[in-house]
Amino acid sequence: MSGLQIIWFVLIGFLLTVYAILDGFDLGVGFWYLFAKKDEDRRALLSAIGPVWDGNEVWLLTGGGAIFAAFPHVYATVFSGMYLALMLVLFALMFRAVAIEFRNKTDSAKWRGFWDVSFAVGSIIPAILFGVATGNVLRGIDIDAMMNYAGGFFDLLNFYALLAGLLSLSVFAMQGATFAALKTQGEIAARAKSWAARACFFSFTIFALFFIATVVDQPHLLENYFDNWFLWAIPFITFVAILKTYYFSAKGEAQKAFGASSFSIAALMATLAAMLFPNTVIALNNPDLSLTISNSSSSPLTLKVMLIIAVIGMPLVIGYHVWLYKTFRKA
Amino acid sequence: MDAVLLSRIQFALTTSFHFIFAPLTIGLSWFLVWMMTVYKKTGDETYGRMARFWTKILTINFVIGVVTGIPLEFQFGTNWSWYSRFVGDIFGAPLAAEGIFSFFLESVFIAVLVYGWKKLPVKTLWFASLMVAIGATLSGFWIIVANSWMQTPAGYHIVEGRAELTSFWAAMFNPSVLPRYLHTICGTIMTGAFFIVGVDAIFLLKGKTAEFVTKSMKMALIVAFAASVAQLGLGHYHAIQVAHTQPEKLAAIEGIFETQRNAPALVFGIPNRDEEKMDAAIRIPGLLSLLAFGSFDAEVMGLKEFPKEMWPPLALTFYPFHVMVILGLYFIAFGAFGLFLLWKKLLFENKLFLKLAMISLPLPFIANDLGWMTAEVGRQPWAVYRLIETADAASVNVPAGQILASIIAFGIVYIFLFAVWIFYIRREITAEVRN
Repeated sequence: MSGLQIIWFVLIGFLLTVYAILDGFDLGVGFWYLFAKKDEDRRALLSAIGPVWDGNEVWLLTGGGAIFAAFPHVYATVFSGMYLALMLVLFALMFRAVAIEFRNKTDSAKWRGFWDVSFAVGSIIPAILFGVATGNVLRGIDIDAMMNYAGGFFDLLNFYALLAGLLSLSVFAMQGATFAALKTQGEIAARAKSWAARACFFSFTIFALFFIATVVDQPHLLENYFDNWFLWAIPFITFVAILKTYYFSAKGEAQKAFGASSFSIAALMATLAAMLFPNTVIALNNPDLSLTISNSSSSPLTLKVMLIIAVIGMPLVIGYHVWLYKTFRKA
Repeated sequence: MDAVLLSRIQFALTTSFHFIFAPLTIGLSWFLVWMMTVYKKTGDETYGRMARFWTKILTINFVIGVVTGIPLEFQFGTNWSWYSRFVGDIFGAPLAAEGIFSFFLESVFIAVLVYGWKKLPVKTLWFASLMVAIGATLSGFWIIVANSWMQTPAGYHIVEGRAELTSFWAAMFNPSVLPRYLHTICGTIMTGAFFIVGVDAIFLLKGKTAEFVTKSMKMALIVAFAASVAQLGLGHYHAIQVAHTQPEKLAAIEGIFETQRNAPALVFGIPNRDEEKMDAAIRIPGLLSLLAFGSFDAEVMGLKEFPKEMWPPLALTFYPFHVMVILGLYFIAFGAFGLFLLWKKLLFENKLFLKLAMISLPLPFIANDLGWMTAEVGRQPWAVYRLIETADAASVNVPAGQILASIIAFGIVYIFLFAVWIFYIRREITAEVRN
C-alpha cells in the first residue's frame, strides 16, 4: 500500500462526494417534482437547477474516468458486474437530461407530461441505484480469481443494498428539498420547507437503521472503527448534521439548511469510505479475493501523472464553478 | 448470440451515434466565437441575433451530445472489462483528463451563454463562447489521444500481461495523434460550416433574406470551402501515417493484396476475400505508391503479407473510406460552386445551389462516421493494435441476453433522441422564419 494509492482512494472519494452533494440536489429536486403538481411550481423547480445540472453531472463522468485511470480493476469489476443496473442508470440519466432541457420548450401538454415523468423517474432511479451499488460494494459481492463478478443480477438485490438505496434516496431528497427551499420563492418554497422536514426525518431514521444493520449484519465493515476509536465521530457527525438540517430548515434559514444537508452527505460518504478502506470492492465469497487499493490500482507512474493532472485541473474547475454560482446569484 | 459480437454492435452503435453530435458541437462553437467576437467589437445587432439563434441550435445539439456521451464513459467497464484491466493504466488518464479539463469547461460556460443572455455583459458572453469552443475542442483532443493509443500504442511496457505506462508524453503524443486530431477537427469545422450553410439555405428558400442569414452563410461558405481543401491535405497526411504505422489497414483501405512497387490507387473495386483479389477494379497505376510513400517506386505491402485471420473486414474498411473520399471531393466542388456564385453575387437567389446546400447538410456527418468506421474497422481484429484482440477484450461475465436487451434499449432510445434533435432544431428554425 503506497501513499499514492491512499491519495487516490481519498481523491476518488472526494470526486464522488462532490458529485453526491451537487447532483444530489438536482436528483432530489427531481424526486420532489412528483409532488409539485402546478405548472408554475414545476417551472420554478426546473429553472432552479437549469444552469447547473449539467456541470453537476460532469462530476460523475470525471469520477468514472478517474476510477478507470486510478483503479482500473474496480472500474472493470463493478461496471461489468452490475451491467443491468448501470444500464438502467444510464438510460435514466439520458431521459432526465433531455427532459430538463426540452420540457419548457414543448407546447403540447401531453409531451410536457411525458417530460415530467421522464425527469422524475429519471431522477429517482439513479438516486436509489447509486445507493444499492454502494451497499453491494460494502457488503461484498462474489468475485472470482480473475476479479470478475461471479454472482447474478438478483444477488444484487439484497436487504443491505436495498436499505442503502433507500438511504441514498432519502439524503438526496433532503438535499433537493433544502436546495429548492433556497432557490425558489413563495408557496413552492414553503412546500419545499415541509419536504425538507420529512426528508430529514427519513434520512435520520434510515441512516440509523443502516448503521444498526451494519453492526448486526456486516461487522467486517467496522474493523477500522474498532481499530481507531476517533472514527466513530464521523457517523456521529452525520447524525448531528441531519438534525442541524432539520433545525435550520424549520427556522427558515434556507442557506444554512442547505449547507448542513450538504455537510451531512459529505460526512455520510466519509462514514462509508472509512468502512471500505483499504478495500475497494469486497469479495463476499472469500476475503482474499477482495479488490484493495493495492491490487486494483494503476502503476505508480500513472497515479503520479493523474495526480499532476488533478492538481492542475481541480483548482481551475473549482474556480469557475464558484464563478458560475456567483454570476447567477447576481444575474 | 455471441456476447462479443453483441458488445461490438453496441459499441459501434453508441459511438457512431454520439459522433453525429460531438463534431457539430465543436464546429458550431467556433462559428459562435466568430459571431460573438464581431458582436462584441461592433455592437451590430445582426450578429447579436445570429449568435442568439446559433446558441439555441448549439444548445440543443450539445444536450444530445452530452446525453449520448454518458454511456461512452462507462461502456469500457461494462462490456469490455478485460480491455479495461489491460489498458486501464494508460487509457483511463485521457478520459479523466477530458472530464477535468473539458467537460467542466463546456458545461459551465454553455450554461452562462444560455441563461446569461441579456443578463450578463456581452464581454462575459463572448468569453463564455470562447471557453465552450476551447472546451469542446480539447475534449476531442483527449478522446483522440485515447483512440490513437489503440491504433499506435506507445510509451508502455507489458507487466504481468497488462500494459503499464512508461512515458506519459510518448503515450499521449503517440504516432497517430496529431494527424488523426487535425483530420478530425477539420471534419468538425466542415460539419459546422455545412450545417450553417444548409440552415441558411432553408431560410433563404423560405424567403427569409435577413442580414443575419446572408452574412452567416457567406462566412460559413468560405470556411466550408477552405476547410474542405485543407481536409484533402490533412486526410493525405493521416493516410501517410497509416501507411507507415498500420500497413495491413492501408492494404485493406486500398484493396491491395499483393505486395508491389508502383502500387495503384483504386477508383472502384469490390473486395473479394475468398479469392484474395479485387473484383471489377478500376486502378490508377502507381498513384498509391506515390501518395503514401512519395515515389512510384515505393513498395506497398499487400494483405497477403499477413495471416488471413489477421486481416480487417475488407468491405467495411474499403467502402467507407472510398465513399468518404468521394464525399470529400464533392465538398470541395460544392464550396467552389458556392464561391463562384458569391463572386457573381448570385449566391442568395440561386435555387439550385440553395437546394443543394440543404441536401448537403447531412453529408459531413456521414463522412465523419465513415472515416471513423475506416479507422476502427481497419484496426480489427485488434482492440489495441498488435497487443490485444477485440475478441479477448470483452467482459466474460455479462450474459449475452443482457447485452441484447441493452442494444434494443439503446436502439429505441437513440431513434427517439434523433427525432427529438430534429424536432427541436426544426422548431427553432420555424420560429425564426415566422419571426
